[in-house]
Amino acid sequence: MAVNIFKNARGFWTSIVLAVIFGVIMQFLITGGTLNAFYVNTLFFIGINIILAVSLHLIIGITGQFSIGHAGFLAVGAYASAIITMKLQLPFWLGIMTGGVAAAIAGLIIGIPTLRLKGDYLAIATLGFGEIVRIVFLNMDYVGGASGMTVSHLTTWPWLFGCVLLTILVIVNFTNSTYGRACISIRENEIAADAMGINTTYYKVTAFVIGSFFAGIAGALYAHNFYIIQPTNFGFLKSFDILIFVVLGGLGSMSGAMIAAIFLTIISTFLQSYPEVRMVIYSLVLIIMMIYRPQGLLGTREITSFLKAGKSAKGGVNSDSKNTVA
Amino acid sequence: MTAKTQLLKVSDTGIRFGGLKAVAGVNLELKKGELVGLIGPNGAGKTTFFNLLTGVYVPTEGTIELDGEKLNGLQPYKITKKGISRTFQNIRLFDELSVLDNVKVAYHSLVNHSMLSSIFRLPSHFSGEREMEEKAIEFLKIFNLDQYMHEKAKNLPYGQKRRLEIARALAAKPKLLLLDEPAAGMNPQETEELMNLIALIRNKFELSILLIEHDMLLVMGVCERIYVLDHGQLIAEGNPEQIRNNPKVIEAYLGEEVS
Repeated sequence: MAVNIFKNARGFWTSIVLAVIFGVIMQFLITGGTLNAFYVNTLFFIGINIILAVSLHLIIGITGQFSIGHAGFLAVGAYASAIITMKLQLPFWLGIMTGGVAAAIAGLIIGIPTLRLKGDYLAIATLGFGEIVRIVFLNMDYVGGASGMTVSHLTTWPWLFGCVLLTILVIVNFTNSTYGRACISIRENEIAADAMGINTTYYKVTAFVIGSFFAGIAGALYAHNFYIIQPTNFGFLKSFDILIFVVLGGLGSMSGAMIAAIFLTIISTFLQSYPEVRMVIYSLVLIIMMIYRPQGLLGTREITSFLKAGKSAKGGVNSDSKNTVA
Repeated sequence: MTAKTQLLKVSDTGIRFGGLKAVAGVNLELKKGELVGLIGPNGAGKTTFFNLLTGVYVPTEGTIELDGEKLNGLQPYKITKKGISRTFQNIRLFDELSVLDNVKVAYHSLVNHSMLSSIFRLPSHFSGEREMEEKAIEFLKIFNLDQYMHEKAKNLPYGQKRRLEIARALAAKPKLLLLDEPAAGMNPQETEELMNLIALIRNKFELSILLIEHDMLLVMGVCERIYVLDHGQLIAEGNPEQIRNNPKVIEAYLGEEVS
Protein backbone atom coordinates (compact mmCIF):
# COMPACT_ATOMS: atom_id res chain seq x y z
CA MET A 1 0.00 0.00 0.00
CA ALA A 2 2.87 2.31 0.74
CA VAL A 3 3.98 2.04 -2.87
CA ASN A 4 0.48 2.89 -3.95
CA ILE A 5 0.47 6.13 -2.03
CA PHE A 6 3.87 7.13 -3.38
CA LYS A 7 2.50 6.51 -6.82
CA ASN A 8 -0.39 8.79 -6.00
CA ALA A 9 2.00 11.49 -4.82
CA ARG A 10 3.95 11.14 -8.06
CA GLY A 11 0.78 11.28 -10.14
CA PHE A 12 -0.17 14.41 -8.24
CA TRP A 13 3.08 16.19 -9.12
CA THR A 14 3.04 14.99 -12.74
CA SER A 15 -0.41 16.41 -13.26
CA ILE A 16 0.65 19.75 -11.79
CA VAL A 17 3.67 19.91 -14.09
CA LEU A 18 1.55 19.01 -17.12
CA ALA A 19 -1.02 21.63 -16.20
CA VAL A 20 1.65 24.31 -15.81
CA ILE A 21 3.13 23.42 -19.20
CA PHE A 22 -0.35 23.74 -20.70
CA GLY A 23 -0.76 27.13 -19.03
CA VAL A 24 2.57 28.41 -20.35
CA ILE A 25 1.78 27.27 -23.88
CA MET A 26 -1.58 29.03 -23.76
CA GLN A 27 0.13 32.17 -22.49
CA PHE A 28 2.41 32.15 -25.55
CA LEU A 29 -0.53 31.54 -27.86
CA ILE A 30 -2.41 34.48 -26.35
CA THR A 31 0.47 36.96 -26.26
CA GLY A 32 1.69 35.80 -29.66
CA GLY A 33 -1.73 36.61 -31.11
CA THR A 34 -2.39 33.10 -32.46
CA LEU A 35 -5.72 33.08 -30.64
CA ASN A 36 -8.01 35.93 -31.61
CA ALA A 37 -9.89 37.99 -29.07
CA PHE A 38 -13.07 35.95 -29.45
CA TYR A 39 -11.34 32.71 -28.53
CA VAL A 40 -9.44 34.32 -25.69
CA ASN A 41 -12.66 35.69 -24.32
CA THR A 42 -14.32 32.29 -24.54
CA LEU A 43 -11.31 30.79 -22.82
CA PHE A 44 -11.65 33.24 -19.95
CA PHE A 45 -15.34 32.44 -19.65
CA ILE A 46 -14.55 28.76 -19.54
CA GLY A 47 -11.97 29.29 -16.81
CA ILE A 48 -14.34 31.28 -14.62
CA ASN A 49 -17.13 28.78 -15.17
CA ILE A 50 -14.84 25.89 -14.28
CA ILE A 51 -14.05 27.53 -10.96
CA LEU A 52 -17.76 28.05 -10.33
CA ALA A 53 -18.68 24.52 -11.35
CA VAL A 54 -15.95 22.90 -9.26
CA SER A 55 -16.73 25.00 -6.20
CA LEU A 56 -20.43 24.16 -6.38
CA HIS A 57 -19.54 20.52 -7.02
CA LEU A 58 -17.92 20.40 -3.59
CA ILE A 59 -21.15 21.58 -1.98
CA ILE A 60 -23.70 19.62 -4.02
CA GLY A 61 -21.81 16.70 -5.53
CA ILE A 62 -19.57 15.80 -2.61
CA THR A 63 -21.39 16.95 0.50
CA GLY A 64 -24.88 16.54 -0.96
CA GLN A 65 -26.19 19.94 0.16
CA PHE A 66 -28.47 21.27 -2.51
CA SER A 67 -27.52 24.94 -2.66
CA ILE A 68 -28.83 27.10 -5.49
CA GLY A 69 -27.62 30.53 -4.47
CA HIS A 70 -24.12 30.27 -5.84
CA ALA A 71 -24.43 33.47 -7.87
CA GLY A 72 -24.79 35.27 -4.55
CA PHE A 73 -21.24 34.31 -3.60
CA LEU A 74 -20.09 35.20 -7.08
CA ALA A 75 -21.62 38.65 -6.60
CA VAL A 76 -20.06 39.13 -3.16
CA GLY A 77 -16.64 38.21 -4.57
CA ALA A 78 -17.09 40.43 -7.62
CA TYR A 79 -18.16 43.52 -5.69
CA ALA A 80 -15.68 43.04 -2.84
CA SER A 81 -12.77 42.77 -5.25
CA ALA A 82 -14.00 45.67 -7.37
CA ILE A 83 -14.18 47.87 -4.26
CA ILE A 84 -10.59 46.94 -3.42
CA THR A 85 -9.18 47.67 -6.86
CA MET A 86 -11.40 50.54 -8.02
CA LYS A 87 -12.43 52.42 -4.89
CA LEU A 88 -9.34 51.79 -2.80
CA GLN A 89 -6.87 51.53 -5.69
CA LEU A 90 -5.19 48.47 -4.18
CA PRO A 91 -3.49 45.76 -6.26
CA PHE A 92 -5.42 43.03 -8.08
CA TRP A 93 -4.06 40.10 -6.06
CA LEU A 94 -5.44 41.70 -2.93
CA GLY A 95 -8.75 42.10 -4.74
CA ILE A 96 -8.86 38.39 -5.56
CA MET A 97 -8.03 37.44 -1.99
CA THR A 98 -10.61 39.84 -0.59
CA GLY A 99 -13.23 38.54 -3.02
CA GLY A 100 -12.60 34.98 -1.84
CA VAL A 101 -12.50 35.84 1.83
CA ALA A 102 -15.62 38.04 1.66
CA ALA A 103 -17.55 35.26 -0.07
CA ALA A 104 -16.25 32.72 2.45
CA ILE A 105 -17.44 34.91 5.32
CA ALA A 106 -20.82 35.24 3.60
CA GLY A 107 -20.84 31.46 3.23
CA LEU A 108 -20.12 31.00 6.90
CA ILE A 109 -22.85 33.39 7.96
CA ILE A 110 -25.39 31.80 5.63
CA GLY A 111 -24.19 28.24 6.14
CA ILE A 112 -24.46 27.97 9.91
CA PRO A 113 -28.22 28.56 10.14
CA THR A 114 -29.29 27.14 6.76
CA LEU A 115 -27.29 23.90 6.68
CA ARG A 116 -29.53 22.54 9.41
CA LEU A 117 -32.21 22.49 6.75
CA LYS A 118 -32.52 19.62 4.34
CA GLY A 119 -33.41 19.19 0.69
CA ASP A 120 -36.03 21.64 -0.58
CA TYR A 121 -35.77 23.89 2.44
CA LEU A 122 -32.05 24.39 1.99
CA ALA A 123 -32.58 25.07 -1.71
CA ILE A 124 -35.18 27.74 -0.96
CA ALA A 125 -33.05 29.34 1.76
CA THR A 126 -29.98 29.56 -0.49
CA LEU A 127 -32.08 30.83 -3.38
CA GLY A 128 -33.34 33.54 -1.05
CA PHE A 129 -29.81 34.41 -0.06
CA GLY A 130 -28.80 34.87 -3.70
CA GLU A 131 -31.69 37.25 -4.27
CA ILE A 132 -30.97 39.20 -1.08
CA VAL A 133 -27.38 39.77 -2.20
CA ARG A 134 -28.56 41.01 -5.57
CA ILE A 135 -31.11 43.38 -4.04
CA VAL A 136 -28.58 44.71 -1.55
CA PHE A 137 -26.13 45.62 -4.32
CA LEU A 138 -28.98 47.04 -6.35
CA ASN A 139 -29.74 49.51 -3.58
CA MET A 140 -26.20 50.35 -2.60
CA ASP A 141 -25.19 53.68 -4.07
CA TYR A 142 -21.56 53.17 -3.09
CA VAL A 143 -21.25 50.45 -5.75
CA GLY A 144 -23.37 52.23 -8.34
CA GLY A 145 -26.77 50.66 -7.67
CA ALA A 146 -28.63 49.42 -10.72
CA SER A 147 -26.34 51.13 -13.22
CA GLY A 148 -23.44 49.10 -11.89
CA MET A 149 -19.80 49.76 -11.29
CA THR A 150 -17.06 50.23 -13.84
CA VAL A 151 -14.12 47.93 -13.33
CA SER A 152 -10.84 47.95 -15.18
CA HIS A 153 -9.83 44.89 -17.14
CA LEU A 154 -7.21 43.23 -14.96
CA THR A 155 -7.96 39.53 -15.39
CA THR A 156 -5.10 38.07 -17.38
CA TRP A 157 -4.43 34.49 -18.39
CA PRO A 158 -1.80 33.80 -15.69
CA TRP A 159 -4.14 35.00 -12.94
CA LEU A 160 -7.06 33.07 -14.35
CA PHE A 161 -5.11 29.90 -14.98
CA GLY A 162 -3.46 30.08 -11.55
CA CYS A 163 -6.84 30.40 -9.87
CA VAL A 164 -8.39 27.57 -11.86
CA LEU A 165 -5.45 25.33 -11.01
CA LEU A 166 -5.56 26.28 -7.35
CA THR A 167 -9.31 25.63 -7.15
CA ILE A 168 -9.01 22.22 -8.76
CA LEU A 169 -6.04 21.22 -6.62
CA VAL A 170 -7.59 22.27 -3.35
CA ILE A 171 -10.90 20.61 -4.08
CA VAL A 172 -9.40 17.39 -5.45
CA ASN A 173 -7.05 17.13 -2.49
CA PHE A 174 -9.80 17.89 -0.05
CA THR A 175 -12.08 15.31 -1.64
CA ASN A 176 -9.47 12.58 -1.69
CA SER A 177 -8.66 12.80 1.96
CA THR A 178 -10.30 11.71 5.15
CA TYR A 179 -12.05 15.08 5.28
CA GLY A 180 -13.55 14.57 1.85
CA ARG A 181 -14.63 11.09 2.87
CA ALA A 182 -16.38 12.59 5.86
CA CYS A 183 -18.27 14.91 3.49
CA ILE A 184 -19.19 12.05 1.16
CA SER A 185 -20.42 10.00 4.09
CA ILE A 186 -22.79 12.87 4.90
CA ARG A 187 -24.06 12.80 1.34
CA GLU A 188 -24.49 9.04 1.43
CA ASN A 189 -26.20 8.76 4.79
CA GLU A 190 -26.23 11.59 7.24
CA ILE A 191 -27.60 9.59 10.16
CA ALA A 192 -24.97 6.90 9.76
CA ALA A 193 -22.22 9.52 9.38
CA ASP A 194 -23.34 11.06 12.64
CA ALA A 195 -23.34 7.65 14.30
CA MET A 196 -19.78 7.07 13.07
CA GLY A 197 -18.53 10.11 14.94
CA ILE A 198 -18.56 12.60 12.07
CA ASN A 199 -19.50 16.12 13.15
CA THR A 200 -21.94 16.57 10.29
CA THR A 201 -22.75 20.26 10.81
CA TYR A 202 -19.06 21.14 10.95
CA TYR A 203 -18.23 19.39 7.69
CA LYS A 204 -21.28 20.73 5.88
CA VAL A 205 -20.32 24.26 6.87
CA THR A 206 -16.67 23.63 5.97
CA ALA A 207 -17.55 22.42 2.49
CA PHE A 208 -19.93 25.33 2.08
CA VAL A 209 -17.28 27.86 3.12
CA ILE A 210 -14.60 26.38 0.85
CA GLY A 211 -17.11 26.36 -2.01
CA SER A 212 -18.09 29.99 -1.40
CA PHE A 213 -14.44 31.04 -1.12
CA PHE A 214 -13.72 29.83 -4.63
CA ALA A 215 -16.97 31.26 -5.94
CA GLY A 216 -15.75 34.58 -4.56
CA ILE A 217 -12.45 34.18 -6.38
CA ALA A 218 -14.38 33.46 -9.55
CA GLY A 219 -16.33 36.64 -8.82
CA ALA A 220 -13.14 38.68 -8.63
CA LEU A 221 -11.94 37.30 -11.97
CA TYR A 222 -15.40 37.79 -13.46
CA ALA A 223 -15.60 41.43 -12.36
CA HIS A 224 -12.20 42.29 -13.78
CA ASN A 225 -12.87 40.50 -17.03
CA PHE A 226 -15.73 42.82 -17.98
CA TYR A 227 -15.60 46.53 -17.85
CA ILE A 228 -18.73 46.79 -15.77
CA ILE A 229 -20.56 44.73 -13.17
CA GLN A 230 -24.26 45.11 -12.50
CA PRO A 231 -26.54 43.38 -10.00
CA THR A 232 -28.52 41.90 -12.90
CA ASN A 233 -25.49 39.77 -13.84
CA PHE A 234 -25.97 37.85 -10.61
CA GLY A 235 -29.64 36.91 -10.71
CA PHE A 236 -30.95 33.45 -9.96
CA LEU A 237 -30.54 32.48 -13.63
CA LYS A 238 -26.80 32.73 -13.08
CA SER A 239 -27.13 30.38 -10.10
CA PHE A 240 -29.02 27.95 -12.28
CA ASP A 241 -26.36 28.13 -14.96
CA ILE A 242 -23.80 26.98 -12.40
CA LEU A 243 -26.15 24.35 -11.02
CA ILE A 244 -26.63 22.97 -14.52
CA PHE A 245 -22.87 22.45 -14.94
CA VAL A 246 -22.83 20.30 -11.83
CA VAL A 247 -25.99 18.34 -12.58
CA LEU A 248 -25.23 17.82 -16.23
CA GLY A 249 -21.70 16.66 -15.51
CA GLY A 250 -22.96 14.12 -13.03
CA LEU A 251 -23.52 14.79 -9.34
CA GLY A 252 -20.38 13.73 -7.55
CA SER A 253 -18.04 13.89 -10.54
CA MET A 254 -15.65 16.83 -10.62
CA SER A 255 -14.33 16.14 -14.07
CA GLY A 256 -17.93 15.81 -15.22
CA ALA A 257 -18.72 19.26 -13.86
CA MET A 258 -15.65 20.67 -15.61
CA ILE A 259 -16.52 19.06 -18.92
CA ALA A 260 -20.07 20.34 -18.67
CA ALA A 261 -18.77 23.83 -17.86
CA ILE A 262 -16.49 23.81 -20.91
CA PHE A 263 -19.13 22.33 -23.20
CA LEU A 264 -21.98 24.61 -22.17
CA THR A 265 -19.82 27.72 -22.18
CA ILE A 266 -18.78 27.00 -25.73
CA ILE A 267 -22.38 26.32 -26.79
CA SER A 268 -23.70 29.50 -25.25
CA THR A 269 -20.87 31.64 -26.65
CA PHE A 270 -21.44 30.38 -30.17
CA LEU A 271 -25.17 30.86 -29.85
CA GLN A 272 -24.84 34.36 -28.48
CA SER A 273 -25.80 35.91 -31.78
CA TYR A 274 -29.08 33.95 -31.77
CA PRO A 275 -30.47 34.65 -28.31
CA GLU A 276 -33.93 33.13 -29.07
CA VAL A 277 -32.50 29.83 -30.27
CA ARG A 278 -29.95 29.73 -27.49
CA MET A 279 -32.38 29.00 -24.67
CA VAL A 280 -34.25 26.48 -26.81
CA ILE A 281 -31.12 24.52 -27.60
CA TYR A 282 -29.97 24.79 -24.02
CA SER A 283 -33.24 23.35 -22.76
CA LEU A 284 -33.26 20.64 -25.42
CA VAL A 285 -29.78 19.49 -24.38
CA LEU A 286 -30.96 19.28 -20.80
CA ILE A 287 -34.17 17.43 -21.60
CA ILE A 288 -32.36 14.89 -23.76
CA MET A 289 -29.81 14.48 -21.02
CA MET A 290 -32.44 13.88 -18.35
CA ILE A 291 -34.15 11.24 -20.48
CA TYR A 292 -31.13 9.30 -21.68
CA ARG A 293 -28.59 9.90 -18.99
CA PRO A 294 -30.26 11.07 -15.76
CA GLN A 295 -27.09 10.45 -13.75
CA GLY A 296 -25.26 13.11 -15.78
CA LEU A 297 -22.38 12.88 -18.24
CA LEU A 298 -20.04 10.88 -16.05
CA GLY A 299 -22.35 9.79 -13.24
CA THR A 300 -20.36 9.74 -10.04
CA ARG A 301 -17.17 8.60 -11.75
CA GLU A 302 -14.15 10.68 -12.64
CA ILE A 303 -12.60 10.82 -16.06
CA THR A 304 -9.40 9.31 -14.66
CA SER A 305 -11.31 6.16 -13.77
CA PHE A 306 -12.15 5.63 -17.44
CA LEU A 307 -8.48 5.99 -18.33
CA LYS A 308 -7.51 3.54 -15.62
CA ALA A 309 -10.21 1.10 -16.70
CA GLY A 310 -8.76 1.22 -20.20
CA LYS A 311 -5.28 0.55 -18.89
CA SER A 312 -6.29 -2.33 -16.67
CA ALA A 313 -8.11 -3.98 -19.56
CA LYS A 314 -4.80 -4.07 -21.37
CA GLY A 315 -2.56 -4.73 -18.41
CA GLY A 316 -4.85 -7.23 -16.77
CA VAL A 317 -4.46 -5.79 -13.28
CA ASN A 318 -7.62 -4.35 -11.88
CA SER A 319 -6.59 -1.06 -10.38
CA ASP A 320 -10.00 0.53 -10.47
CA SER A 321 -9.88 0.85 -6.75
CA LYS A 322 -9.46 4.47 -5.83
CA ASN A 323 -12.38 5.73 -7.79
CA THR A 324 -15.19 5.26 -5.41
CA VAL A 325 -14.21 8.44 -3.64
CA ALA A 326 -16.00 11.17 -5.53
CA MET B 1 -21.65 -5.39 41.61
CA THR B 2 -19.06 -2.69 42.21
CA ALA B 3 -19.23 0.56 40.34
CA LYS B 4 -15.97 -0.31 38.68
CA THR B 5 -17.36 -2.95 36.43
CA GLN B 6 -20.46 -1.00 35.54
CA LEU B 7 -20.43 0.52 32.06
CA LEU B 8 -23.88 1.82 31.20
CA LYS B 9 -26.44 3.07 33.65
CA VAL B 10 -29.83 4.17 32.42
CA SER B 11 -32.13 5.51 35.11
CA ASP B 12 -35.81 6.34 34.73
CA THR B 13 -35.26 7.33 31.15
CA GLY B 14 -38.04 8.04 28.72
CA ILE B 15 -39.19 10.22 25.87
CA ARG B 16 -42.50 11.73 24.92
CA PHE B 17 -43.53 12.71 21.44
CA GLY B 18 -46.29 15.18 22.21
CA GLY B 19 -48.78 13.19 24.25
CA LEU B 20 -47.31 9.83 23.31
CA LYS B 21 -44.97 8.19 25.77
CA ALA B 22 -42.78 6.15 23.45
CA VAL B 23 -40.43 5.01 26.20
CA ALA B 24 -40.99 5.62 29.90
CA GLY B 25 -39.14 4.95 33.12
CA VAL B 26 -36.58 2.54 31.80
CA ASN B 27 -33.92 1.39 34.25
CA LEU B 28 -31.15 -0.61 32.70
CA GLU B 29 -27.60 -1.47 33.65
CA LEU B 30 -24.81 -3.02 31.71
CA LYS B 31 -21.51 -4.28 33.04
CA LYS B 32 -18.25 -4.34 31.17
CA GLY B 33 -17.97 -7.30 28.86
CA GLU B 34 -21.62 -8.24 29.18
CA LEU B 35 -23.84 -9.31 26.30
CA VAL B 36 -27.39 -8.26 26.97
CA GLY B 37 -30.48 -8.70 24.84
CA LEU B 38 -33.39 -6.31 24.49
CA ILE B 39 -36.55 -7.90 23.16
CA GLY B 40 -40.16 -6.93 22.85
CA PRO B 41 -43.08 -7.03 20.41
CA ASN B 42 -43.18 -4.71 17.41
CA GLY B 43 -43.62 -1.08 18.37
CA ALA B 44 -42.48 -1.67 21.94
CA GLY B 45 -39.94 1.16 21.69
CA LYS B 46 -36.73 -0.81 21.29
CA THR B 47 -35.28 1.22 18.45
CA THR B 48 -36.47 4.44 20.11
CA PHE B 49 -34.51 3.37 23.15
CA PHE B 50 -31.39 2.91 20.99
CA ASN B 51 -31.99 6.35 19.55
CA LEU B 52 -32.06 7.72 23.08
CA LEU B 53 -28.77 6.02 23.91
CA THR B 54 -27.06 7.31 20.77
CA GLY B 55 -28.35 10.87 21.02
CA VAL B 56 -30.63 10.84 17.99
CA TYR B 57 -33.40 11.73 20.44
CA VAL B 58 -32.84 13.64 23.64
CA PRO B 59 -34.58 11.96 26.58
CA THR B 60 -37.33 14.05 28.13
CA GLU B 61 -36.85 12.33 31.47
CA GLY B 62 -34.14 10.42 33.33
CA THR B 63 -30.40 10.16 32.82
CA ILE B 64 -28.05 8.02 30.77
CA GLU B 65 -24.51 7.49 32.00
CA LEU B 66 -21.61 5.76 30.33
CA ASP B 67 -18.64 5.04 32.58
CA GLY B 68 -20.01 7.61 35.03
CA GLU B 69 -20.32 10.33 32.38
CA LYS B 70 -23.70 11.80 31.64
CA LEU B 71 -24.69 11.52 27.99
CA ASN B 72 -28.01 13.38 28.01
CA GLY B 73 -28.23 16.07 25.35
CA LEU B 74 -24.92 15.30 23.68
CA GLN B 75 -24.95 15.23 19.91
CA PRO B 76 -24.73 11.77 18.30
CA TYR B 77 -21.18 12.20 17.04
CA LYS B 78 -19.98 13.15 20.52
CA ILE B 79 -21.66 10.10 22.02
CA THR B 80 -19.89 7.95 19.44
CA LYS B 81 -16.60 9.46 20.52
CA LYS B 82 -17.45 8.70 24.14
CA GLY B 83 -17.76 5.05 23.18
CA ILE B 84 -21.21 4.02 22.01
CA SER B 85 -21.45 2.74 18.47
CA ARG B 86 -24.37 1.18 16.69
CA THR B 87 -25.75 -0.59 13.67
CA PHE B 88 -29.14 0.13 12.18
CA GLN B 89 -32.27 -1.95 11.72
CA ASN B 90 -32.42 -0.97 8.06
CA ILE B 91 -28.81 -1.08 6.93
CA ARG B 92 -27.22 2.33 6.57
CA LEU B 93 -23.94 1.94 4.76
CA PHE B 94 -22.23 4.60 2.67
CA ASP B 95 -23.36 2.94 -0.55
CA GLU B 96 -21.19 4.74 -3.07
CA LEU B 97 -18.03 4.38 -0.98
CA SER B 98 -15.89 1.27 -1.12
CA VAL B 99 -15.95 -1.25 1.69
CA LEU B 100 -12.54 0.00 2.75
CA ASP B 101 -13.64 3.63 2.78
CA ASN B 102 -16.69 2.75 4.84
CA VAL B 103 -14.36 1.57 7.58
CA LYS B 104 -12.05 4.54 7.09
CA VAL B 105 -14.93 6.92 7.78
CA ALA B 106 -15.24 5.34 11.21
CA TYR B 107 -11.55 6.07 11.80
CA HIS B 108 -12.03 9.69 10.89
CA SER B 109 -12.25 10.99 14.44
CA LEU B 110 -8.88 9.37 15.21
CA VAL B 111 -6.85 11.14 12.49
CA ASN B 112 -3.89 13.30 13.38
CA HIS B 113 -3.20 15.14 10.15
CA SER B 114 -4.93 18.47 9.71
CA MET B 115 -7.23 19.55 6.93
CA LEU B 116 -4.58 21.93 5.60
CA SER B 117 -2.00 19.15 5.40
CA SER B 118 -4.46 17.21 3.26
CA ILE B 119 -5.25 20.16 1.01
CA PHE B 120 -1.58 20.93 0.41
CA ARG B 121 -0.55 17.27 0.41
CA LEU B 122 2.04 17.62 3.16
CA PRO B 123 3.94 14.50 4.25
CA SER B 124 1.74 14.13 7.32
CA HIS B 125 -1.23 13.63 4.99
CA PHE B 126 0.41 10.70 3.25
CA SER B 127 1.59 9.03 6.44
CA GLY B 128 -1.77 9.61 8.12
CA GLU B 129 -3.75 8.20 5.22
CA ARG B 130 -1.38 5.26 4.88
CA GLU B 131 -1.65 4.39 8.53
CA MET B 132 -5.43 4.61 8.27
CA GLU B 133 -5.51 2.38 5.22
CA GLU B 134 -3.28 -0.27 6.81
CA LYS B 135 -5.41 -0.28 9.93
CA ALA B 136 -8.62 -0.55 7.92
CA ILE B 137 -7.31 -3.47 5.86
CA GLU B 138 -6.15 -5.32 8.98
CA PHE B 139 -9.57 -4.70 10.41
CA LEU B 140 -11.43 -6.02 7.38
CA LYS B 141 -9.34 -9.19 7.51
CA ILE B 142 -10.78 -10.01 10.93
CA PHE B 143 -14.23 -9.97 9.36
CA ASN B 144 -13.22 -11.77 6.18
CA LEU B 145 -14.27 -8.73 4.22
CA ASP B 146 -10.83 -7.90 2.82
CA GLN B 147 -11.64 -9.73 -0.40
CA TYR B 148 -14.36 -7.15 -1.07
CA MET B 149 -12.44 -4.09 0.06
CA HIS B 150 -12.47 -2.23 -3.26
CA GLU B 151 -16.07 -3.14 -3.99
CA LYS B 152 -18.72 -0.46 -3.55
CA ALA B 153 -20.69 -1.14 -0.39
CA LYS B 154 -23.98 -1.20 -2.29
CA ASN B 155 -22.77 -4.15 -4.36
CA LEU B 156 -22.27 -6.48 -1.42
CA PRO B 157 -24.67 -9.35 -0.76
CA TYR B 158 -27.10 -8.77 2.08
CA GLY B 159 -25.34 -10.84 4.72
CA GLN B 160 -22.01 -9.18 3.98
CA LYS B 161 -23.63 -5.76 4.26
CA ARG B 162 -24.73 -6.59 7.78
CA ARG B 163 -21.25 -7.83 8.50
CA LEU B 164 -19.71 -4.65 7.15
CA GLU B 165 -22.05 -2.51 9.20
CA ILE B 166 -20.99 -4.31 12.35
CA ALA B 167 -17.34 -4.01 11.34
CA ARG B 168 -17.75 -0.30 10.71
CA ALA B 169 -19.40 0.20 14.08
CA LEU B 170 -16.54 -1.64 15.77
CA ALA B 171 -13.91 0.39 13.92
CA ALA B 172 -15.07 3.43 15.88
CA LYS B 173 -13.60 1.67 18.95
CA PRO B 174 -16.72 1.54 21.09
CA LYS B 175 -16.96 0.47 24.70
CA LEU B 176 -20.58 -0.43 24.06
CA LEU B 177 -21.87 -1.82 20.80
CA LEU B 178 -25.57 -1.56 20.01
CA LEU B 179 -26.87 -4.02 17.44
CA ASP B 180 -30.33 -3.29 16.10
CA GLU B 181 -31.82 -6.52 14.74
CA PRO B 182 -28.62 -7.80 13.15
CA ALA B 183 -30.27 -11.03 12.05
CA ALA B 184 -33.27 -9.41 10.35
CA GLY B 185 -33.82 -10.91 6.93
CA MET B 186 -31.15 -13.55 7.32
CA ASN B 187 -31.55 -17.23 6.60
CA PRO B 188 -30.71 -19.79 9.34
CA GLN B 189 -27.23 -20.35 7.97
CA GLU B 190 -26.45 -16.64 7.88
CA THR B 191 -27.86 -16.27 11.39
CA GLU B 192 -25.50 -18.94 12.59
CA GLU B 193 -22.58 -17.16 10.97
CA LEU B 194 -23.73 -14.01 12.73
CA MET B 195 -23.75 -15.82 16.08
CA ASN B 196 -20.19 -16.92 15.43
CA LEU B 197 -19.30 -13.37 14.51
CA ILE B 198 -20.74 -12.01 17.73
CA ALA B 199 -18.79 -14.60 19.68
CA LEU B 200 -15.66 -13.56 17.78
CA ILE B 201 -16.23 -9.91 18.54
CA ARG B 202 -16.56 -10.64 22.23
CA ASN B 203 -13.30 -12.54 22.29
CA LYS B 204 -11.37 -10.14 20.14
CA PHE B 205 -12.56 -6.76 21.39
CA GLU B 206 -13.21 -5.99 25.00
CA LEU B 207 -16.65 -4.51 24.93
CA SER B 208 -20.23 -4.84 26.01
CA ILE B 209 -23.00 -5.54 23.56
CA LEU B 210 -26.66 -4.61 23.73
CA LEU B 211 -28.66 -6.49 21.16
CA ILE B 212 -32.17 -5.96 19.82
CA GLU B 213 -33.41 -9.07 18.13
CA HIS B 214 -36.55 -10.91 17.14
CA ASP B 215 -34.81 -14.18 16.42
CA MET B 216 -35.31 -15.93 19.74
CA LEU B 217 -32.86 -18.66 18.88
CA LEU B 218 -30.16 -16.04 18.57
CA VAL B 219 -31.16 -14.07 21.65
CA MET B 220 -31.52 -17.09 23.89
CA GLY B 221 -28.34 -18.53 22.44
CA VAL B 222 -25.93 -15.70 22.99
CA CYS B 223 -27.30 -13.30 25.59
CA GLU B 224 -26.42 -13.57 29.26
CA ARG B 225 -29.25 -11.37 30.39
CA ILE B 226 -32.36 -10.17 28.66
CA TYR B 227 -34.55 -7.12 29.14
CA VAL B 228 -38.09 -7.17 27.82
CA LEU B 229 -39.74 -3.97 26.66
CA ASP B 230 -43.45 -3.62 26.00
CA HIS B 231 -45.42 -0.42 25.34
CA GLY B 232 -42.32 1.59 26.17
CA GLN B 233 -41.83 0.04 29.59
CA LEU B 234 -39.59 -2.67 30.91
CA ILE B 235 -41.71 -5.60 31.95
CA ALA B 236 -39.06 -8.18 32.76
CA GLU B 237 -35.39 -8.75 33.26
CA GLY B 238 -33.42 -11.94 33.77
CA ASN B 239 -31.44 -14.74 32.22
CA PRO B 240 -32.84 -16.49 29.16
CA GLU B 241 -34.39 -19.26 31.22
CA GLN B 242 -36.25 -16.82 33.48
CA ILE B 243 -37.46 -14.81 30.51
CA ARG B 244 -38.74 -17.86 28.71
CA ASN B 245 -40.96 -18.75 31.65
CA ASN B 246 -42.02 -15.27 32.66
CA PRO B 247 -45.83 -15.05 32.35
CA LYS B 248 -45.72 -11.31 31.63
CA VAL B 249 -43.44 -11.86 28.67
CA ILE B 250 -45.58 -14.62 27.30
CA GLU B 251 -48.57 -12.35 27.67
CA ALA B 252 -46.86 -9.51 25.85
CA TYR B 253 -45.99 -11.73 22.95
CA LEU B 254 -48.99 -14.02 22.75
CA GLY B 255 -51.77 -12.14 24.51
CA GLU B 256 -53.63 -12.93 27.70
CA GLU B 257 -54.68 -16.45 28.45
CA VAL B 258 -58.39 -17.00 28.07
CA SER B 259 -59.78 -18.30 31.31
